[in-house]
Amino acid sequence: MDQIFSTYEDKFLKNGLTNPGAPLLGLLDARLSWNKDDIACTVLEKLFEHLNMNSLVFSQPAEPYRSIVEYLAETSGGTIFPSDCETRTFLHDLPVSFNFSPESIISALKERKSVIIPGQGIVTYGTVGMEQAYVTFSSVCFACFVKFFSDYLHDIKHGKINNRRQNLFDLLVKKLEPAPCFKGSLMKGPFDSEMSVYQAIQEAGMLTVEHRLVDSYFGNISFCYNDTLYISQTGSSLDNLQGCIDPCPLDGSSCTAITASSELPAHLKIVKNTTNKAILHGHPRFSVILSMDCDIENCQCRGQCHMKCPHERFVGDIPIVSGEVGSGPYGLCNTVPEAIKERPGVIVYGHGLFTAGQTDFNRPFKNLIKIENNCREEYFNRVRSFRRTGQ
Amino acid sequence: MYGWCGKISKINLCDHTWDIETVDPEILKKFIGGRGLAGYYLGKKITLGWDDPDMPLLIFTGPLVNTRSPTSGRMTIMSRSPLTGTVGDSSVGGSFGTELKKAGFDGIIITGKSPTLSGIEIFNASIHVTDAGHLAGRQTGYVHSLLKGKGSAAVIGPAAENGVVFSSIMVDRHFAAGRGGIGRVLACKNIKYITVKGTGTTKIFNSQDLKSAREDVFRLAAASPVLLGEFGISRFGTGALYDLMDARRMMPTDNFRQTKFSQASLMNAHAFKKRYAPKKSGCRGCHILCKKITKNRTPMPEFETMSHFSALLDNNDIHTVVRANRICNEMGMDTISAAATLACFSEISQKRLSPNEIVSLLVDIGKKRGVGTALGRGAAIYATRRGSSDLAMTVKGQELPAYDPRGAYGMALAYATSTRGGCHLRAYPISHEILRKPVATDRFTFNGKARIIKSSEDLNAVADSLTACKFIFFAASLEEYAKIYTAVTGVKTSGQDLFKTGERIYYNERIMNAANGFSEKDDDLPDRFFTSPGYKNESINIGPIDRKAFLEARSNYYVVRKLDKKGMPVPETAKKLGLDVF
Repeated sequence: MDQIFSTYEDKFLKNGLTNPGAPLLGLLDARLSWNKDDIACTVLEKLFEHLNMNSLVFSQPAEPYRSIVEYLAETSGGTIFPSDCETRTFLHDLPVSFNFSPESIISALKERKSVIIPGQGIVTYGTVGMEQAYVTFSSVCFACFVKFFSDYLHDIKHGKINNRRQNLFDLLVKKLEPAPCFKGSLMKGPFDSEMSVYQAIQEAGMLTVEHRLVDSYFGNISFCYNDTLYISQTGSSLDNLQGCIDPCPLDGSSCTAITASSELPAHLKIVKNTTNKAILHGHPRFSVILSMDCDIENCQCRGQCHMKCPHERFVGDIPIVSGEVGSGPYGLCNTVPEAIKERPGVIVYGHGLFTAGQTDFNRPFKNLIKIENNCREEYFNRVRSFRRTGQ
Repeated sequence: MYGWCGKISKINLCDHTWDIETVDPEILKKFIGGRGLAGYYLGKKITLGWDDPDMPLLIFTGPLVNTRSPTSGRMTIMSRSPLTGTVGDSSVGGSFGTELKKAGFDGIIITGKSPTLSGIEIFNASIHVTDAGHLAGRQTGYVHSLLKGKGSAAVIGPAAENGVVFSSIMVDRHFAAGRGGIGRVLACKNIKYITVKGTGTTKIFNSQDLKSAREDVFRLAAASPVLLGEFGISRFGTGALYDLMDARRMMPTDNFRQTKFSQASLMNAHAFKKRYAPKKSGCRGCHILCKKITKNRTPMPEFETMSHFSALLDNNDIHTVVRANRICNEMGMDTISAAATLACFSEISQKRLSPNEIVSLLVDIGKKRGVGTALGRGAAIYATRRGSSDLAMTVKGQELPAYDPRGAYGMALAYATSTRGGCHLRAYPISHEILRKPVATDRFTFNGKARIIKSSEDLNAVADSLTACKFIFFAASLEEYAKIYTAVTGVKTSGQDLFKTGERIYYNERIMNAANGFSEKDDDLPDRFFTSPGYKNESINIGPIDRKAFLEARSNYYVVRKLDKKGMPVPETAKKLGLDVF
């Protein structure tokens, strides 16, 4: 148990999700163990008695998430409804409990995977392991961040920002991490062995996480070598891909890639239909936020932007396309491969950013940073333009 | 009433009469339907012998059946297993469950014994027991072809009539209620077939909520590589798992003497697809469509069948696998048990079986000829009679499926604790240990597995009771299905409430098994898995399982399941779960 606790304490800290020593972690097999003594244990123990779960996280998130989550929770009326892809697909919505009682928390967790308790923190749980609770916690932070900045941009255009929100926005902007920057170089292709392909994928995955271009759980990465696509497995952490890369022969002669990322169909189409061999997919926040900023009024597809968008949309020269996770008639595998032809990258509405390169991960990784930074700059340009004009 | 019909039909074969029982709504809420509700009714008779005329055979659907709920076109057939003596049940697809609901029944309970071989024909509220003497010894495909126009059909083959204890019931020609020998129970009642056809509809409490919850499930399914991905089961059938089991070095080979089959790359789902070009098919109302059938209506083998009729028997002839599958379906035999029994025979005889021998032995078993008669008793009894009980790879007498437990320790524990003997589906830990869903767990540790297995058993008990396909839970969870259940039935619930119901259903099965003398000694694996390695090279070592760690995990499981130290149910837990059987 101690090993598991210390692994996840490190993960929370490394990914900027909590402050040092903050997360309270509980694990139950035949007996219940906690990572530390905490007054909250008395309340949270009851969750294990009443809910089918084997792991629990309770923590205040680190800034800027903490202020964002607090604000959204207090103004939510009981449930937060983010509209990013991860929430829509996996979490659905984020319930809020206004008191830290077992009954109230249990009632929320009976319906959903997390509950936000204003002034206290976020509770998440897993039925299979701590990884579930960690991923949910991370998703809640990501979803709230994206929602706050998306809503702000939307509302400032419509003159709906009150003083409290404005002050919070100004404060949060000051607390934002600096824009990612990378001046080094990744392993140079062309690669001459399977081993170097694995190393290149792991290196690019690690850097993507280090530069906060994706939360640890999200995103995927692949490289095509000798008619085989090497791709990260579903649910794998990009900063820990050892043993989590599936070889997928392009001729379809083996199904071992059944455990590959949900976005395998999109990766396969890209390498088959373009000259690209290296593909990187992250969820950089301002790319996601900006993808949801659309001024087209009375659009016939309003509310279905994640599935079908009848308009050609761009941030600079980067297209924004619709598409849901994985396959299916509205899957992003139907939009991204075509859109990425001759482009450095493609943003998927409310979801994330795909970049690609021909020989190694230098171009896709640097483009991931560049596009995200352009989106970040553009976001604040748009905000500034409305603040100036006072609209 | 929404979702349920609220009625079950009780058919007495002794005098060919039937009556209708109205089910208490509280019982429906407590046991849902399908496996849960069948278990509720079976519990009253569980100590009878499986061949006692009063032992019921139960066919139950669930509240989601005959609605637009995703993957809900299934049902459970249950009785006491002739193979194991435990609870014996199979969840089966096709359209029988849907037709039964349309006919106005949540389930049927068949007791007694018909004086002569008969068929049961149900059309809405009308039930007839008809003479089926002319079908004696006939294969299932032939019988199905004669029953065209009578709706959905459940049929036994000659194997059941000839006493094979792993006989199946074939539904709509291609869907097998395979495990536990449930077909033998029907044969013992002198019933060759049951048909059902209905014209009714199922009332939905809130169609809009159902639509919304359906969309959530579809979105999750589309995001699932295993279900609808490039190499998922929708495209390749369950055989898509074949390469993965080989890659993880946990493919049972040579009667579980090894875990790596050298010819695997030639016998995978891609090879079947290339050779037979099958089309998608599946249960009624399912959008995944994992069943694969050729143009001339030959069904492709499921993963377990593919693996056991190749690796387990060291057979590298792909056509033999297809033939073996067809023979088992036509004879009405469970493919897993049939292949594993042949593998046991092969090891005891110290003789590798040729493709022709595999085929002819299967026919001999089905027709009760030569050595086939002895093999028709299953691997455990056959091996014991040959003085080699240690060579039967069974748990509680049921032959093990195609996941070697040395390659996934959760699977090891799940095999041992399964209430129907050697079964992969009660907890299906392959989901997280291999397929990484909902998240990946370490397959080489028992740490934490006791609770995970218990939780998965409860989940699958709910899935089998709603009824929904267990595969959809690679993507969705009870969180989404609770919304569906409420939308259909109007009964307010949550995913967590449904877990509690699953716990009740599973505990009831433990109680039934305990009543027939099953205890800790039966929750165990064959010695081979604790003493012999499966495979080893520079990068992977599939060694024997540490018995001490296994026993500790099993003890933990008993604590988590709230059983006593011997794995026996206790009255306090039963009472808390609302089971008044003590």
